[in-house]
Amino acid sequence: MKTWRQWAVAGMVCTSVCASAQDHAVPAFKTLDSMEARVQGCVTCHGQSGQGTTNGYFPRIAGKPAGYLFNQLVAFRDGTRRYAPMNYLVAYLPDPYLKEMAEHFAKQNPPFAVQESPAIDPTILARGQQLASTGDPKKGVPACISCHGASLTGMTPGIPGLVGLRAAYVAAQLTRWRVGERHAMEPDCMKRVATKLDDTDIAAVSAWLARQPAPKDPAPESANLVRMPFACGSQR
Amino acid sequence: MGKVTRIVLGLGVVAVVAAGVFYLSLPGLLPASPDAKAPDATTQVITTGEYLARAGDCVACHTHPGGKEFAGGRAMPTPFGALYVPNITPDEETGIGAWTADEFYRMMHTGVSRDGTLLYPAMPFASYTKVTRADSDAIYAYLMSVPPVKQKNRPHELRFPFNKRELLVGWRTLYFTQGEFKPDPAQTEQWNRGAYLVQGLGHCAMCHTAVNALGGSSEAAAFEGGMIPNQNWYAPSLTSNREAGLGNWSLQDIKDLLQTGVSHRSTVYGPMAEVTYNSLQYMSDADVEAMAVYLKALPQRDSEAPPTSQARLVSPNVMELGRRTYEKQCAVCHGEEGKGFPPSLPPLAGNQSITMASPVNSIRMVLNGGYPPGTKKNPRPHGMPPFSHILNDDEAAAVVTYIRVAWENSGTPVEPRQVNELRKLLPE
Repeated sequence: MKTWRQWAVAGMVCTSVCASAQDHAVPAFKTLDSMEARVQGCVTCHGQSGQGTTNGYFPRIAGKPAGYLFNQLVAFRDGTRRYAPMNYLVAYLPDPYLKEMAEHFAKQNPPFAVQESPAIDPTILARGQQLASTGDPKKGVPACISCHGASLTGMTPGIPGLVGLRAAYVAAQLTRWRVGERHAMEPDCMKRVATKLDDTDIAAVSAWLARQPAPKDPAPESANLVRMPFACGSQR
Repeated sequence: MGKVTRIVLGLGVVAVVAAGVFYLSLPGLLPASPDAKAPDATTQVITTGEYLARAGDCVACHTHPGGKEFAGGRAMPTPFGALYVPNITPDEETGIGAWTADEFYRMMHTGVSRDGTLLYPAMPFASYTKVTRADSDAIYAYLMSVPPVKQKNRPHELRFPFNKRELLVGWRTLYFTQGEFKPDPAQTEQWNRGAYLVQGLGHCAMCHTAVNALGGSSEAAAFEGGMIPNQNWYAPSLTSNREAGLGNWSLQDIKDLLQTGVSHRSTVYGPMAEVTYNSLQYMSDADVEAMAVYLKALPQRDSEAPPTSQARLVSPNVMELGRRTYEKQCAVCHGEEGKGFPPSLPPLAGNQSITMASPVNSIRMVLNGGYPPGTKKNPRPHGMPPFSHILNDDEAAAVVTYIRVAWENSGTPVEPRQVNELRKLLPE
């Protein structure tokens, strides 16, 4: 029969293991000299495997192309992409290390969170679907899938997946691009897209994207498969 | 000589010649040419100047984030308004290309610009005045050798009356003493080298001496610590072993902290991470050791008895909330007993930066997390995540209180109100 002490130890192990199974945002690592331990600075916002956290604004970064993640880390470090908590965290980290962090999260493949499904006017969702899958030729807006992949998992080396992101995050990024707050490498293809969208378009496409189910294959598309509607600096 | 012998010898000669040709044609393996010289005097001066410019961390202020090196334009917020740092590339029109070495030395030594205007003391001429003429000339030679960038200086945006440079005459009378570093013959050469770097180019006093309402710092209070204006980090005292005083540190730990960014005692974050990243990691081992020797000898103000744990001042509920929060969020990296895994993950038990009088840095670290700088000797530092979105004011105050009083730590409790005030600020 187990003594109370053994039960207590078993209980403590369960508290830590069981809690970490539920809460992917609590710091934890197995080996000190590992990337897993080194990226604990990211986990309270982006989750242990980069899956994002259940609440708030923080995006999923797992499985996004390493080139895209690296570009963002460099932009945060150099202040060309502005978000104070990120700018502060990576301010004094050298390129090779940021590249290693990007590759670490690009390799992760945690399960996708359950997608958002708040009640939304079907005409708005239809407009979102139109923009994402076929674009709006009258406005000169290409389809999201023409660059971000047929299953919205992004394209190597520099275009992020859009599946698994929250509507608030996508809408904020599109708006920031439209007003010139967020940039990408020249030629900045996303700026050309975002400046053609109005508030209604941004709300519609963000809402539709946030509802898309997890893709069967979460890997980004290969850059060699398609011709892109606009030239993008991040693909060079 | 037999025929066979001649053939063998002949083949041997061919083989040796072929091997020689092959060896010489390998890139990078050519033997040193007999007339290769040591670098010429100009090269030596410029190389020395580059090193000294690193020691002075010129690049950190004179470069706009993401902009061209030394082209200026970076905003420097001060309590009196924003200063815009000037272009110090050798562009003749917008930079310092038309300056002479004499004019450059006068600026470093006296804080007077080429055109006679008085510099604002955001330029650390109160420290740079200690720099020798030879070192000033080397920095000048180096700056003249970098690519010129045409970029006009942006005018400062200071509030009245601080926009009146005439006021600087008064400031200088109160807070500026002109004069090169004078070695102390009673001390070792190493101590003097360290003192020269710390007091001069290192301009450590700019942060580690409290700045008063007039933007001045008193020499009598040198290195006694203070809040860094507009950055809201506390620069700890270097003269007290209760703060960042290094009197009871090993030389190796001091050197590691300065040059590597992490040590077995503590880790640099925030503004000090910037200094290690841009400046100290490039210093030679000998210079870092000299600075360490000088800094270790500074503390002298601990005449009172060492403080004891203040745990008795903390209500049991707060202590319990702090302990539970610590176990859930912090113990995995810092250990159940606060010992950490140094140098990768810093200890909290016995860490002076946790227990010093001002809790500002500890609160900020809990709210915003942080990465130490990635340096030549520690290119892949471990980082701490932010908890501002996970812990409320009560929890954050309780956990900071806990680490300040647990394990015989002698810090004082922290109030939720103090957390709330720092939460309103953006991380930087």
